[in-house]
Amino acid sequence: MHIYQQSGQFSGRKNVLRGIILAVALVLLWRLFVLQIADPSYKAFARSNYLRHVTDYPARGLIYDRNGELLVYNEAHYDLMVIPGQVRDIDTLAFCELLGIEVSAFESRLLQARRFSRFRASVFERQISKTTFAAFQEKLFRFPGFFVQPRTLRRYTYPIATHTFGYVGEAGPNVIQNDPYYRSGDYIGISGLERAYEEELRGSKGLRIWMVDVLNRDIGPFQEGRYDTLAIAGKDLYTTLDAQLQIYGEQLMQNKRGSIVAIEPATGEILALVSSPSFDPGLLVGRQRTRNYRMLQNDTLKPLFNRALMAQYPPGSVFKLINTLIALQENVVDASTTYGCSGIYHTSGISVRCRTHPNPVNAISGTQHSCNTYSSIIFQNTINQSRFENIQQAFTNWRDHVVSFGLGQQFGSDLSHELSGLVATSDYYDRLYGPRGWRSQTILSLGIGQGELGVTPMQLANMTAAIANKGHYITPHLVKAVGHKENPSNKNANINEINIDRRHFETIAHAMHLVVEDGTGRFSRIPGIEMAGKTGTVQNPHGENHSVFVAFAPVDDPKIAISVVVENAGYGSVWAAPIASLMIEKYLNREVNRQWFEQRVLDAKFLTTQQ
Amino acid sequence: MTNKSYTLHRLDKVVLLLYILLVIIGWFNIFSAEYTQAHKHIFDMSTSYGKQLLWIMTSVVMAAAILILDVRFFTGLSWGLYGLFLLLLIAVLFVGVEINATKAWFRFGGFAFQPSEIAKYGTALALAAFISTKKGNQPDINSRIKAIAIIAIPAMLVLMQKDVGTTLVFTSFFLVLFREGYIGGLVLFFAGLAVTLFVLTLMFNEFIIIGALAIAGIIFGIFLRKKASALWQLAALFAILSAYVYFVDYTMDNILEPHHKARIEVLIHDGMDLQGVGYNLHQSKIAIGSGGLTGKGFLQGTQTQFNFVPEQTTDFIFCTIGEEWGFAGSIMIITLFVSLLFRLIYLAERQKSAFSRVFGYSVASIIFFHFAINISMTIGLAPVIGIPLPMVSYGGSSLWGITLLLFTFLKFDTKRSEMM
Ligand SMILES: [Zn+2]
Repeated sequence: MHIYQQSGQFSGRKNVLRGIILAVALVLLWRLFVLQIADPSYKAFARSNYLRHVTDYPARGLIYDRNGELLVYNEAHYDLMVIPGQVRDIDTLAFCELLGIEVSAFESRLLQARRFSRFRASVFERQISKTTFAAFQEKLFRFPGFFVQPRTLRRYTYPIATHTFGYVGEAGPNVIQNDPYYRSGDYIGISGLERAYEEELRGSKGLRIWMVDVLNRDIGPFQEGRYDTLAIAGKDLYTTLDAQLQIYGEQLMQNKRGSIVAIEPATGEILALVSSPSFDPGLLVGRQRTRNYRMLQNDTLKPLFNRALMAQYPPGSVFKLINTLIALQENVVDASTTYGCSGIYHTSGISVRCRTHPNPVNAISGTQHSCNTYSSIIFQNTINQSRFENIQQAFTNWRDHVVSFGLGQQFGSDLSHELSGLVATSDYYDRLYGPRGWRSQTILSLGIGQGELGVTPMQLANMTAAIANKGHYITPHLVKAVGHKENPSNKNANINEINIDRRHFETIAHAMHLVVEDGTGRFSRIPGIEMAGKTGTVQNPHGENHSVFVAFAPVDDPKIAISVVVENAGYGSVWAAPIASLMIEKYLNREVNRQWFEQRVLDAKFLTTQQ
Repeated sequence: MTNKSYTLHRLDKVVLLLYILLVIIGWFNIFSAEYTQAHKHIFDMSTSYGKQLLWIMTSVVMAAAILILDVRFFTGLSWGLYGLFLLLLIAVLFVGVEINATKAWFRFGGFAFQPSEIAKYGTALALAAFISTKKGNQPDINSRIKAIAIIAIPAMLVLMQKDVGTTLVFTSFFLVLFREGYIGGLVLFFAGLAVTLFVLTLMFNEFIIIGALAIAGIIFGIFLRKKASALWQLAALFAILSAYVYFVDYTMDNILEPHHKARIEVLIHDGMDLQGVGYNLHQSKIAIGSGGLTGKGFLQGTQTQFNFVPEQTTDFIFCTIGEEWGFAGSIMIITLFVSLLFRLIYLAERQKSAFSRVFGYSVASIIFFHFAINISMTIGLAPVIGIPLPMVSYGGSSLWGITLLLFTFLKFDTKRSEMM
């Protein structure tokens, strides 16, 4: 058949094809022989063929005050990193000399890094000095496997607001294990705003892959940077703090133990948050951080403790404001109801002392003169209301009012480590005395702000802001805007209504005004500023009483609400009230004219006896 | 004897064995290329070696199905399959997805499929069908053009997918045309000359090449000085070749896209552009070159383990072989492929039917082209055009394509004494 002929005629060509195949195979084999056997250069290349992954750390977000003043910024520094798998042929002696370490230390550090990973970078030496860095940069090619990693450290414009800012430290093994973002040596916000806004502040790391040659020198980006990612800078924080007010508050609290919290009532923005004793935030930055931290931890003055948010005190007399408001709202008294005070109040074998003051007193004058008798009577009236079936219901009704001022609970905004304080429940007294074992006189001390009450200075300031607002408060918070000044972050600014009529708040605000004009706080009147306040003296079984004062001003249009606690300083009118008045004067007038008054506070020292 | 056991009995064991060996070698090297300390189960579908196991198992099923089917299914449906695959090639231009800048893939869930792989199969069937129906000793010019068109149409469609590598695979069918007398030895010679001149032009200035051609022409002219007609032919040839050299130079400088040009230029100038296109080739040569005589051993290749070589499970799988098994491994792979190709030629030649002979040569040519270009690519003898090493490289489309080709031919071979 013709088909066979066709096959037959050209069948000789099969040998041409075989020849081509053999020729190609021989060419390939020859080339492979050259590459794999004859030419040694590829083996040398292979030994020196490494990629270096360089992490670009973005600048951490800056922190500003409410007026745009820069408070926290960054400064570059350098870590010496090592990739143990790439370390070879190193002049160890020269290396150790350059770094100023022992050869044995070199070996143990290298071993430690190798244990972590042979192929991933570990920190070999933290924050090397600028001179060491310069020397290293020149000779780095002699030390394959080592490279310098730029990082940034926090710097502070003023040594203030330490507890608020918090600090940044290296991510611990727990964090690294649970969050893939963090690598060994990475920084993370550990407390304060640095922690609360960690994700916003940190930005996003970038990665560059470099090729390095046999001398450990960069020879350019890998694959033209195809696999590189850019670092994204962290977002800036615009805080609610007033830097100058914060500085002033910290000055006033020098050599005293206690706190100042100032809030703008209309917005809930925290203007100043002072906890004393404090420390320079710069202490917890960099190489000395661990050592300094241990030192601060062992300090008997407990500077690490943020009293403004974590110290709980029985509120004392300032709590009478709330009790009076509740009594007015519950209609157990009205504003004009008067009671006589003989200097002591007796009920069922319990007696409460008072001071001498004009008599008789009503809601306004009782507040003005902080009458214990008046407070005890209206508290008992509130608890003994006949509309309740039992004391538990009546107490719970009272407690609900108290809690609505933000007491006994955390605000849950961007405040770090805040404590919730304490307002005991009826269950607590049931357990203590049995369900039928307690009466209004059993818990009478609550009427004058003592007993089972724990209130933080933050809660005191917020309670005052609620009175200044005549019936509501905005959840106190520390950050106005994230990323851009005009980018308000309102997620924390919730309105909290208090179920007490506005007219009762007006009565109490008026009484507080009189406290300053002609009452326990008159010593602290500010010329030209109408201030409303309330003194408190908190009984302290461990020593001298705590001096407490809450205030807001101006009375008609409150711009600032404040709480001041000075531990072991005695009467509220003597130390806390002057400090509050100076703070208000500073904030509203931007300067203080009462020099002698200011000097008296600056000179005062209460850091002596027990902790 | 039943039909099935008859088929099995007559199945060529040599090709079968070589196929199995290459697939197994491939899998172990894919495993090694992707192996990390965080070792995963071999069936882990997030790894290449896990997926390759799936491809291998499906290929076994496919091979069995082909052997069970009647040969008339393939011979009768040749044109139908060819047409269907052309439609798929057109469809992929519209509904396909782009992977590695090549719009050649259909995607089904997590798996992607390349219709150009089966287009080669369709073309082999159509070419076999076309040539086996031709009568006479010498194919006329008309049937030569038709034969070339059968190859060129799918090749052009693949080129439209920007898949230059697979397009070039279609040139392997010219070896089949050569064997069947559709193109002469002179064409093959000139094709070789063109490629040589092309490479030389890249290496040297075009005027040096033209000068060298002139000197060669004068020497030939002295030998041929008695024949006037031969001298005219020589002069014409010199003119054509000089024009070609100039054209190549002009194309490289002015027409070719920069990244194509770079792929070719890095072959000539070793170490050029290490950060860009030259990087892959440089890394590949380092990996293979560092293997030495016997290699670093299974899972011991530092270059491939550290991911220096890109696409090391697919187009650059030979790097792993070269690095971990050394020159010995290179010899083994080349020997296996040469044996397979020689065996396929032997089988093709023993076919009684022109259809299965042409098909057999098509299979051999496609495998040869892949083998030659893929390995050349990794050692700097050919531009990196991204075609896999048959049976060895990772990839479902590639393995299925080769399995389809090989086992269809093995099925034909069981009927070698029949006219189809
Ligand atoms: Zn009294």
